[in-house]
This record gives sequence, structure tokens and C-alpha cells, in this order.
Amino acid sequence: MEVQQSLWEFMAQQSDKLWSQTLAHIGLTCISLLIAVVIGLPLGIWIAQRNKAAWLVLGIAGVLQTIPSIALLGFMIPLLGIGALPAITALFLYALLPIIRNTYTGIRGVNPAVTESARGMGMSRWQVLFNVELPLAMPVILAGVRTATVINVGVATLAAYIAAGGLGEFIFGGIALNNSNMILAGAIPAALLAIFFDLLLSLVQKANVRKMRKVSVVMPVLLLLLSSFYIFPYADAKVLGGFTPEFMGREDGYLGLKSKYKLDMPTVVISDAVMYKAAYEKKIDVISGYSTDGRLKAYDLITLEDDKRIFPPYFASPLVRKEVLIKYPELENALNLLSGKINDSIMTDLNYRVDYLKQSPEKVAQDFILAQNLYKKPRNGNKGIIRLGSKIFAEQYILINMYKALIKGNTDLKVETKTGLGGTKICFDALTNNEIDMYPEYTGTGLLVILKPSKNDLAALSGSREKVFNYVRKGFDEQYNLQWLTPIGFNNAYALMMRKEQAQSLNIRTITDLKDYVSTDNHRH
Amino acid sequence: MITAEHITKVFHDIKAVDDISFEVKEGETMVLLGTSGCGKTTTLKMLNRLIDASSGYISIHGKNIFEQQPEILRRTIGYVSQSNGLFPHYSVEENVSVVPKLLKWDQAKSRKRAQELLDQLKLPLEEYGHKYPDELSGGQQQRVAIARALISNPPVLLMDEPFGALDPITRAGVRKEFLELPELKQKTIVLVTHDVQEAFELGDHICLMDKGKIVQTGTAKELILKPANAFVSTFFDHQRLFLELSALTFQDIWNLANDTGMNVQENADRTFSDHMDAKTSLWAGMEMLSKSGNAQLNVRNNADGTSKTFTTATIQEAYKNLKQRI
Repeated sequence: MEVQQSLWEFMAQQSDKLWSQTLAHIGLTCISLLIAVVIGLPLGIWIAQRNKAAWLVLGIAGVLQTIPSIALLGFMIPLLGIGALPAITALFLYALLPIIRNTYTGIRGVNPAVTESARGMGMSRWQVLFNVELPLAMPVILAGVRTATVINVGVATLAAYIAAGGLGEFIFGGIALNNSNMILAGAIPAALLAIFFDLLLSLVQKANVRKMRKVSVVMPVLLLLLSSFYIFPYADAKVLGGFTPEFMGREDGYLGLKSKYKLDMPTVVISDAVMYKAAYEKKIDVISGYSTDGRLKAYDLITLEDDKRIFPPYFASPLVRKEVLIKYPELENALNLLSGKINDSIMTDLNYRVDYLKQSPEKVAQDFILAQNLYKKPRNGNKGIIRLGSKIFAEQYILINMYKALIKGNTDLKVETKTGLGGTKICFDALTNNEIDMYPEYTGTGLLVILKPSKNDLAALSGSREKVFNYVRKGFDEQYNLQWLTPIGFNNAYALMMRKEQAQSLNIRTITDLKDYVSTDNHRH
Repeated sequence: MITAEHITKVFHDIKAVDDISFEVKEGETMVLLGTSGCGKTTTLKMLNRLIDASSGYISIHGKNIFEQQPEILRRTIGYVSQSNGLFPHYSVEENVSVVPKLLKWDQAKSRKRAQELLDQLKLPLEEYGHKYPDELSGGQQQRVAIARALISNPPVLLMDEPFGALDPITRAGVRKEFLELPELKQKTIVLVTHDVQEAFELGDHICLMDKGKIVQTGTAKELILKPANAFVSTFFDHQRLFLELSALTFQDIWNLANDTGMNVQENADRTFSDHMDAKTSLWAGMEMLSKSGNAQLNVRNNADGTSKTFTTATIQEAYKNLKQRI
């Protein structure tokens, strides 16, 4: 075991990233806040004089506030795409209510005798507003700004999902990688920021009402200054990477790209859910997808060949309990019928039909078996029951349905399916506890999640398909009495993807091609 | 001089002020008196267009106020709002200098004038100028509000319950100072109050209002002794004796005291420095008697150059006679 890295060491090691994320976080918070003040303050002033409009405006702002933050960001993507714009817009909408409401309340709360005497002395409407009402309402308005700031510091962490940066990159990366240091490296600065801003604003707010004239000058300047921290750095990059938080933190991910390929391209962090679409919409150019994901086809993307083999192979194979194979030797042949029949693009297509064309996994599996001439009429034998398990995504459902047909057609065994067993851990435990007899597993998962070899062992495997397969077959045989059958053929691994049209026009086929393009591109500028 | 002719103010179909007319002569103080909701404050605010009249005509010094821009008009009229209306975020000096700033006076001029006024009001600029309203007592705040209204030396001063927020004792004190303020001698003042005593003390004329109309206009004496109707007489009933004694002066009973031939001694050849002016109210005279502990009070009537000596008993007797005559 490696010695556990301390949080402090992690933060020191990642201090560059931590800084840039913190600055981006402050920037995001402050830009959205600034816009919210610029719009919310006049709106609040306006509705302070108009009861009906007040009801309407506060109502709308209130409804916006009730939309869950992640959903609000989700709504923004179809409208504004990914990146800074939708993030700032969503944050702005969140900040709006407290600012409008407190401006309204603050101005309404100014002693009418004071405004009346101001008017009585001959001040114009604007003079009353700027010299009397706003300074006197300022503590209440500032309380609103304070609320909005704290909300925004929190919600801004979600901006990392849509490639807008901020401390969420560490937080979500850490969650995905189960790395508590990384989570804390994002969460602690975010919490400190919230506390710091809250404290700062509470001091300003409690400052005597007499100093409010100064405050109303200093605040906007400060806000503007802080906003300038957020300069979206990738605006004119020719090739922009958009990677999931998990990918960013993995050795067999972005770190490997940097160390093995020396690939140095501008990147943003983005959630898996919007990544493919963002690539399709040309918001980003290179993404970290899964090589058999149906969206690859849906969005006309291609994978780049991993010519230096940093992504360990994730070849799918049936993983079967050995006792079952001994008891029913004919099972192995039936399951192996699928071997070599499905390559990456076929699997992608099958996934596409389930995920995007919404065909049922049964039908997709049946069609495939028929097309491959593997179909045989069920023998309806009575020899015994084979229990098939699957994880909870389309690819596994399709495979299970294929195996079901093959077993029924080629043996006298009956089949029982237990689909949707969540993740790797659940399937694997079900198998070792004799609750299922087999499920499709991926070599990379078997290697990294179950066997967890040492760094040296991993290096020795060097991402080779055969070496990894042999390593896991041996390991599972010895440790768990489980048998890996012949791989089906496709490799559902991490892959870098680009739009087909762009990759072809730039003549990029491999990650090395990409690296060459990126580095020459940089020189040109 | 202020002239209001047939002014009416309608709020949502309700006539807050219903066709009233009045005139305030130059240098006079007119008090708008009445219960809350009678329309007195609305009437006052129509004079500087804080509220615009629905119909009617108002002129100040012969100029139609509706032909002037409201802000510009208001800068020429002193205004003291209810519960002082000082700006809590402005220092005393800044508060007092609001109007000079609006009028774009230079700073030296505005400061000099503030100093002069605040000195008169016993709030020297050096000591109080940098203080903020919440550091002052209620009475001091009220005096700052008055200074603020007077600073540009406006010929007309409008005051809306100026002493309303003060406790009775402070109130009497501030009112007394107010009466003695040299600045105010020449001003044309309209003052709103619900306090009858205040109205009697400050008003040359009193407009008693009810339900948007003027019920009676006149001096304090006219109102209390010759009420136009039952409303007016019942309005003063709860402190009638005090009000009558406040409204009547020694001048009013001068001849009555003679007629009765009571123990009133003539002292024609004495110096009159210790004599009370016959224009003083009977109430003030009796207060003086009770305060000083003397049995007699010397009063000098400047109208005919005579002087007389009164006791509590002779004052009471003369007052009774006067009442019988009415």
C-alpha cells in the first residue's frame, strides 16, 4: 500500500490548479452577482413604487429560485450550450431574487417622514433616490447581496458540470475517483470562500448607516475587480478538450495523456451527460468518452486510436462460475458463440439502437442473433437453470439477451435473468455468493476494481490486451474460482473522441496525430 | 402672503379637502387645527405641492404655485415634516445644508449661515455640526429640523406637527424657543397641529377643520369665546378654562377691572421694568403670581400708558365679569 497522501500534500501539489479554480470560482460568483445587482437593483427600485408589478416580479424571481440548481443548469444547456455563459446565467438567475426582494423591502422600509422632508425641501425624484432612499436602504440591500453571494458560491460548484470551471472540478473529480483529498481540496476552499464573503458583507452591512454613501461606491468597484478574476481562458483555442472530472484525475486518463503523449491542450471539465452533445455542437472538440457509447454514433463522433496504449483495455467477456462450467460443459461453447462477432462499431450501433432509437434490448439482441445466423429454435430442455446477471446499462442488457437466446438454442438448459444489478460490486458479489452464474464483465474493470494490482504489476501489463486478459483470467481463477471466457471482441474503454468531420479534415486518426496537430498549432500562433 | 381659493383634494372618490379658502397675511402665523383625518395635513402639503390639489387656486406672494416646477417651488418654502424627518445618514451640518446645496450656494456662505442659525438655536456648529441625528435629544433634533427649514431664509414656512414627536415637557420648551426665535418674526407660517394649546400659543389665526372643511377661522379668542357652532365649542370643552385664560389678555379685562372698582391700585409714576405687558395672557399672569409667590402683579398697558396691580382674586373677578358680558 502506498502511504496515504495528506490533504495538505495534495493541495500543495495541485496548488496551480487550486488557485486557478479558486479564482475562477470567485470570478463566476462575482460576475453573476454583478449582473444580478445591475439588473436586480433597478428592478427592485422600480417595483418599490408599483404594487402590481412588485407582485409579478417577485413572483417570477421566486419561482426561478425554487428550480433546483442542477436542473436550472440543465435548462441552460439547450439554450446557451456549455461553458461560462449558461453557468453565469444560471447563477445570475439565482442571485436575482434576494437582490430584488431586499431592494424592494429596503426602499419600502425607509421612513416616509424622511423621504417626504427630502421632497419637501425641493429634492428631485432622482436626488431623493440617490441621496436618501438608496443609502438608507443599503443595509437591507446588502443583506440581499450577502444571501445571493453565499448561494452563488455554493451553486457555482455545479458549474464544473458544464465546463465553466471553479472548485467543482475538484469536488466532482474527487467524488468520481473516490478521492477524499480531492473532494476536500475543492470543498474546503469553497466553504471558506462562502464564509469569507459572508463575513465581509456582514461587516459592511453592519457598518453604520452614515457610511453607506461610501459603501455604495466601494462595493461595485470591488465586485467589478473580483469579476475580472474570471477570464474564460479557452475562448480562442483551436482544439478544446472537454473531459469528465473522473477522467481528469486518472492515470489512465488525462494524467496519462499528459505524461505519455505529452499532449498539452486547453481543457475544460464537463459532465458525462452533456459531453457528447457539446462536442457535436462544436463547443468542445475532444472528449473522453466510452468507445462503445451509442452517442458516438448519434453525434457522428469517431474515436482516436490510443497508439501508446494508456487506456487499459476493457474487453467484455462472460465471467462465469467454474462449478457451473464443470457441471454443464456445453455452456462454454454456447457462450463462446458470440466471441469475435461484435467489434466496437457494432456494439456502438447496438447501443445506439437501444439508447437513442429506444428499441428494446430483447429486440436488438434477437435481430443481431438472426442476422449473424446464430439463431436456433429453443430446445426447451429441462437439464438445469443458468442464472444470468447484468449491470444496469443498455450494453449489458443487450448482451444478456443474446446469451439467453444462445443458451436456449444450443443447450438443454433453462435461463433465468437477473438484470439491473447496479454496478460492478453488486454483480461480482452476486456471482461469488452463488446468486447468479455469470455476467458480462470488462477486463479493465476486473483488473482495476477487483484485483487492484500494484503499480509495478500495472506497468508490466502496459495496457496490452493479451497481457491484461491473461492477468485477470489467472487472478480470478486463483482468487475467486471464476472463469473468464473468450472476449466478445469489442473494447468499451476510455477513448478520446472528435467530430468525424473535424478529425478527417485535420487528418487526425490517433492521439499522437492530435498531439502533433496541437503542438504545431500552438507554434503557429 | 398665501392665498388659497376653493381648493379640493379627492383621494379615490373621497374628498380629503373639500372646497376650502383661506388667506395668510405676510408675517402671520396660521394654525390648521383639527383631529386626525380632518384634512389639515393634506391642506398644508398642497401649499408646496407635495400633494397636488384636485382643483382650486393657490398663490404665494401673488405667484400661482401651479405654474412653477414643484422642486423649484419647494426650495423657496421652508418645510418641517412630521417627526422631524432628519436624514439619519447626514451629520447635523449636512442636514442643515441640504437646501443650500440644492440652491448651489458656495460652501463658505452655507457654513456661515448654518453657524448663525444653529447659534440662535443653541446648537453651536463647532459642537454639534459633526454629530448625527441619533446622537441628539428629541428636542435638539427638532431644532435642527427647524434650522434646516430656515437656512435659505425662505419667507414662507410650512410645518407639519413640528413638535408632535416630543414629550410634553420638551415640547413646551422647544415651542417657547421657537416663539422667541428672531428669525421667525417676519415669516409667514402655516402650522398643522392637533394640539389646541399649541395652536393657541403659536397661531395669530387658527383654522379649525373638520371632515375636509374649515369650520371656523379666527383668533384664539374668537374661537373660544364666539364659537361658530356646537362643533367648535365642544372641540374646546375638555380644557375650556385653561384655554380661555390663555386666549384672554390683561388688555381684555383692563376696563372691567376698573369698572368693578376693586382693589386695583394705579401706580402711574413708577418705573415699569418689572411690569408685565398687558398683552400677556391671563394664564401667564396667574402662573407668574403662583411661581413668584407674590400676592400682587404689576401690569403695564402700553396702549394708554396706564398700569395696574392685579391679584389672583381680581383677575378671577374680572374674568367672570367678562364672561357674563359675552
